[in-house]
Amino acid sequence: MSKILEGLKYSESHEWVKAEGNIAWVGVSDFAQKEMGDITYVDLPEEGDDVLAGEEFGALESVKAASDLICPVSGTVVAVNAELEDTPEKVNEDAYAAWIIKVEMSDPSQADALMDAAAYKAFIGE
Amino acid sequence: MKYYDKLIFELSKEGRCGYSLPQNKFPASPEVPLQLRREAPLGLPEVSEPDVVRHYTNLSQMNFGVDTGFYPLGSCTMKYNPKINEEMAALQGFAGLHPLMHAGLVKGALKVYQEMNKALAAITGMYTFTLDPCAGAHGELTGLMIMRTYHMQRGDFKRTKVIVPDSAHGTNPASAAVCGLEVVEVKSLENGRIDVEALKPLLTDEVAGIMMTNPNTLGLFETEIKTIAKLVHEAGGLLYYDGANMNPLMGVVRPGDMGFDIMHLNLHKTFSTPHGGGGPGSGPVGVAKHLEDCIPDLRVSGFHGNFGVILRAYAYILSLGKDHLKKVGQYAVLSANYIKECLKDKYKLPIEGVCKHEFVFDGLIHDGAHDDVPGATTLDVAKRLLDYGFHAPTIYFPLLFHQALMIEPTETESKETLDAFIGVMRKIADEAAQDPMILHEAPHNTPISRPDETTAARNPILKYQDAQ
Repeated sequence: MSKILEGLKYSESHEWVKAEGNIAWVGVSDFAQKEMGDITYVDLPEEGDDVLAGEEFGALESVKAASDLICPVSGTVVAVNAELEDTPEKVNEDAYAAWIIKVEMSDPSQADALMDAAAYKAFIGE
Repeated sequence: MKYYDKLIFELSKEGRCGYSLPQNKFPASPEVPLQLRREAPLGLPEVSEPDVVRHYTNLSQMNFGVDTGFYPLGSCTMKYNPKINEEMAALQGFAGLHPLMHAGLVKGALKVYQEMNKALAAITGMYTFTLDPCAGAHGELTGLMIMRTYHMQRGDFKRTKVIVPDSAHGTNPASAAVCGLEVVEVKSLENGRIDVEALKPLLTDEVAGIMMTNPNTLGLFETEIKTIAKLVHEAGGLLYYDGANMNPLMGVVRPGDMGFDIMHLNLHKTFSTPHGGGGPGSGPVGVAKHLEDCIPDLRVSGFHGNFGVILRAYAYILSLGKDHLKKVGQYAVLSANYIKECLKDKYKLPIEGVCKHEFVFDGLIHDGAHDDVPGATTLDVAKRLLDYGFHAPTIYFPLLFHQALMIEPTETESKETLDAFIGVMRKIADEAAQDPMILHEAPHNTPISRPDETTAARNPILKYQDAQ
């Protein structure tokens, strides 16, 4: 059974968003890290990059797969979690502590439109 | 298998020498900037000739190949490589050729190209072939560029999409993306075939074509192929045939007759030339008559493709002849169905019915899960097979099933070998049901058991110096 945190928003491509005002932290869900297996590399964008909802902003690589990271919201990357470059295993250890990027959203209503914890739980069908 | 894990650097003794290089007559070039010149010695291993010979011979003993055992790797057609192919390729008249020799001196080789082109056209129902591409993926890219050229020549610039079934080989969407085309996925039905109804709405005037493997990666014949060909052609698209699964069809059905316009063959699969470990391959691309003008004039590989591989495949075609080529597919299909039927009470068979040259199980029926002990997975079964001296089948592909185990025995194995494999697969299933830990900890008898892939990927050690 995967962990799903209340209070976060979730996308269909298994990213989570924690929104505060026009700032959003983005990571991948516990379900996603389990499906991927041991993560071996996190491909991060640069600070200052523009991201678009529905577009890729980086990638995760594991022993068995590589998967694009899809940004659930549009805006500008104001910080990246550079720690993940050397310690990608943090995504496996706690997917909700291992945020990947921090975005200044151009349209905060995009975060509201994502699934809440209950809807995401139903979505992954566990 | 003899255990041997030395690096050649570990055999090195300072001052030992196996070969004396001639005196260097050339002074260091003054044109090389000082900062680029090596200051420390090269650090090559210092070993005697017997040290080198024994080292590499010992390593070669740890290899597994079709010459040492059964190799049921699905979708790879790891058939036996007849040694007559090697004899023909070693003939001085061929082996001594240089690609820059004058055409008048290489007429024998040119004749091989010409005859091979005719033979492949006859086997596949295509009009003509280019023998240049060096492997399947190279052939796919060449074929897609032909597809794009065809539409461009007609001034039809909006066709940028390629339809690929969800059961396709991973190279299909990858080749399309490399060619600058957009991939659109079409779903499979419960019976493992393309969903024709789901295909229809995808066939817009932006579709350049569809890429298909037939039989598909589940080893199932796409029975609706004629309908699919008609629909795609009516929509102005072309059909590309991925020849990876050509083995069961040779001499029985031709891609050209099914309606395909472009295709590649894998000479290293279907036509028995050695492969594995990345090569050498050969992926000739064939086209129907209406695409004759789109086939590349320029060479798409350095020197007329892998001539040695083409030559071996030519020897294979000639040694079997028309009647026996037909039996290749029939025996391959018989072998696959025999194994499938003998194992389906132990392994989940998601799609019943007659398969072609390969089939897919979806893991064990009884995986032995109990209390806190997780059940044995497809990976565990594959690892346990190594203990019994068999190469593992393809695992976790196609992606349609979570525990996919894809077996392709080929036509070259005897009933005794197939029975031995079946016996071991049944034994492994029984072991799993009783005590899955035996499988979780497998392999037990190989020089190394399970490498720590995660640590290897996270902290790769790429130099001997770093390993110390």
